[in-house]
Amino acid sequence: MSPQNIDVDALKKKALQYRRDILKVLHSARSGHPGGSLSAVEILITLYDYKMNHRPEDPNWEDRDRLIISKGHITPAVYAALADQGYFPKEELEGFRKFGSRLQGHVHTLVPGVEFNTGSLGHGLSVANGIAMGARLLKKSFKTYCLLGDGEVQEGSVWEAAMTAGHYKLDNLCAIIDYNKIQENGLVSEINDIEPLADKWRSFGWHVVEAHGHHFKNLADAFDQFGAVKDKPFLIIAHTVKGKGISFMEGERKWHGKAPNDEELAAALAELEQQEVNSE
Amino acid sequence: MSEMIPTRDGFGRELVELSKDNEKIVVVSADLEDATRAEYFKDAYPERFFNVGIAEQDMVGMAAGLSLQGFIVFVNSFAVFLTNRAYDMIRLDVCYNNANVKMIASHAGVTVGEDGASAQCLEDFSLMRILPNLKVVCPVDATEARKATRAFVEEVGPMYMRTSRAAFPVITKEDDPFVIGKANVMREGGDATIIACGIEVSESLKAAEILEKEKINVKVVNMHTIKPIDTACIIQSAKETGAIVTAEEHQMIGGLGSAVAEVVVKNCLVPMAMVGVNDEFGQSGTPDELLKAFHLKDVDIAQAVRDCLKRKKGNTKVREAK
Repeated sequence: MSPQNIDVDALKKKALQYRRDILKVLHSARSGHPGGSLSAVEILITLYDYKMNHRPEDPNWEDRDRLIISKGHITPAVYAALADQGYFPKEELEGFRKFGSRLQGHVHTLVPGVEFNTGSLGHGLSVANGIAMGARLLKKSFKTYCLLGDGEVQEGSVWEAAMTAGHYKLDNLCAIIDYNKIQENGLVSEINDIEPLADKWRSFGWHVVEAHGHHFKNLADAFDQFGAVKDKPFLIIAHTVKGKGISFMEGERKWHGKAPNDEELAAALAELEQQEVNSE
Repeated sequence: MSEMIPTRDGFGRELVELSKDNEKIVVVSADLEDATRAEYFKDAYPERFFNVGIAEQDMVGMAAGLSLQGFIVFVNSFAVFLTNRAYDMIRLDVCYNNANVKMIASHAGVTVGEDGASAQCLEDFSLMRILPNLKVVCPVDATEARKATRAFVEEVGPMYMRTSRAAFPVITKEDDPFVIGKANVMREGGDATIIACGIEVSESLKAAEILEKEKINVKVVNMHTIKPIDTACIIQSAKETGAIVTAEEHQMIGGLGSAVAEVVVKNCLVPMAMVGVNDEFGQSGTPDELLKAFHLKDVDIAQAVRDCLKRKKGNTKVREAK
């Protein structure tokens, strides 16, 4: 499939469904992280529905592409995606964050389709490097993807990993930064600015492209450049909106890690309903 | 006189041997492979060796990633840098993910010597043994370090091995048994048991000789595995001898002594004494000067046994001073 052939309408519809699932599981769990989950929806859909080779019916297929969720708190989005893809029954989403459920608060390999347990920021890229290095050693052609948050980039360990990937020219590795501009206590730019972000990564030996992180064709275009670039790890800086899709959550830092109550859920679902109507 | 070899050498030599027939063994390094002896592997198998530079966190994370495809991944550094600097990665990437990563931590204890406190790891047992899924081993000599390395390759799961910079006396033989989690009795005795690891086993054996002259017969146990601790051996020793002294080149808080005490209080209450570093940092000096300064020598262990015996029921061998 090329970006031109994407059924954008179908994917947009899917994005609305993911957002509904995200809000419902957060409401049901009474805790969790809406902002960064909602900002990553289109990135995850593009990965699972367009870019990655994977088999939900055979999660451990050895030639599958790997995705490491370094921003491990966006479980509502990841689990919504994995359930939709068929990795586990959608009814299980109700168990999110509840005792006895395999849907742990932060991504966990108990859930089919999850490659690695994360939750502490700044871990995923080193792990992804190791997977990519292992693929090279074994002469395997699968690709490794790693999704990071923007605030996460403040962790020093991210730059250790960035340097290593550049040095070892891991061109089978693609990182994506969900650049939604907001972290727990405010604007990334005000707390400890990560700009000039693209230049930083380029200076570490990466090939960097920027994309509109809620625009499917734009994202697909960006992903398609990965693989064409030799001898460099590949980074997509996806410009996104924190809390995307829900007017009262968009750009509001308080929705980084807070679940909607009954009224807020109803209002959010009504907004999504309206968006669906408008798109038809 | 025993031959003197650093335990790190035993690790380095054995890893190269094992890697001849095992292509799954890979090494990730943070630029201390010369010191940890992982260098021998680098020289023999450069295509399976990765130096990430002075970046311990990245080393551990990358090792976890490599392990996901069936590699047996050895990481190595000084114990201070590996355990303290990369702790979050050890906890999450290795232990929580139950990754098949083998951590080799050299330059532990005051016997690091002249480099001083910043390089002398005295807290690794404590830091490592509280992590679920992790096995923690401290070989007594270079021969045992070879066997431990073999066990690390054979057994699946996260493991930590402390090795030494300083040459330690070789007190075990190639055909002595070594099983992770199963202590080795080095000497029998009925009055008290000294449970030690690393260099302190040699010191304990010397302490036993000192005590023998006073008609005090002590059992000496080489507790090479800090976790899982050999509970059966501790209980049996407590029942047989009625008093236990621990000795380690480590903080007294949280290390081998604490691990033994946890077993004793739950199963077999007997008087205990601990030999270890008393809640302070190390300093520069020769290994032997430092072992003396921090009261980790044979004479210190012998004195701890005498002190402990004073609290033992029915003790007739040591009199309370009047």
